[in-house]
Amino acid sequence: MNQEKGLKMKLRREPKQSRGSLPVQRSNVSPGAQLNRLRNEIDRLFEDPFGAFARAASFFEGWEPSLDVYEDRDKITIKAELAGMKLEDIDVRVDGNTLSISGERKCEEEKTEGERCRSERYFGRFQRSIGLSTAIDAEKVSAKYRDGILTVVCPKAEQAKSRQIEIKNA
Amino acid sequence: MPSEKGIMNAVTERDRRMTRETGERERNFVLPLANISAHEQEYVVELEMPGVDQSGLEVTVEGDELTIVGRRKPDLANGDLCYCESAQADYRRVFEMGPDVDASRITARMNQGVLTLRMPKSEKAKPRRIEIKPG
Repeated sequence: MNQEKGLKMKLRREPKQSRGSLPVQRSNVSPGAQLNRLRNEIDRLFEDPFGAFARAASFFEGWEPSLDVYEDRDKITIKAELAGMKLEDIDVRVDGNTLSISGERKCEEEKTEGERCRSERYFGRFQRSIGLSTAIDAEKVSAKYRDGILTVVCPKAEQAKSRQIEIKNA
Repeated sequence: MPSEKGIMNAVTERDRRMTRETGERERNFVLPLANISAHEQEYVVELEMPGVDQSGLEVTVEGDELTIVGRRKPDLANGDLCYCESAQADYRRVFEMGPDVDASRITARMNQGVLTLRMPKSEKAKPRRIEIKPG
């Protein structure tokens, strides 16, 4: 609805950035990685047609924040771009090796009076899950929210940590 | 209600031209998503810039041009980046303001990665009721 209004007002408007499960073109991603992603996406489409439908549905209904995953010797760090949210609207869960981030971004703009000239931001519910390849210590998972970025730190379980083996001088 | 012309004049994009002009240097910026709404007294511009705090923010007005640059805070070492969806770049967006914006009274507020700019309308642009004197 806002879109239509925007058009009527003859405002220039960029096409909405596609997000989430569809392959997203981003300037910093190497062409190889993009191709990989597209291929994975196509593979999954054939493997699990219902899954693809389900994802497509969620794609049109909601939005998906961008995720970055970092790993070092003793932890996995996940960063989600969640600008302009309230702490109580974000939910982080660990279930076995699956980390889920979900929540709802509510539109706070005073839309009582005032006319939308441009709306590119996404609002509403989102949900993302990440399967972690390494065993983590669920008890010690911590999360903080700052400058619109949610950072979840998952310490690796003791047995999963890499360990340097001392070489004895025989 | 603001007039259609008022909205059109208010805040218009100038990115494309700028990108062409400045070329190479601008390649490391991404466009922050924006919401703009027109109110009776002001325009409200919201820009999404996750990862930017107040110290990384630069809002400049030059003539009728409003430039917003948001620089991400250098990240602490988290280990190797093994999966990446974020743009990992700084933000930049340029708007052209109409004559009905009082550029000297623009206020900016940063909250959890969302920059809110309030751009009051200049006195002469506000709707004013004209009193009709009995003839």
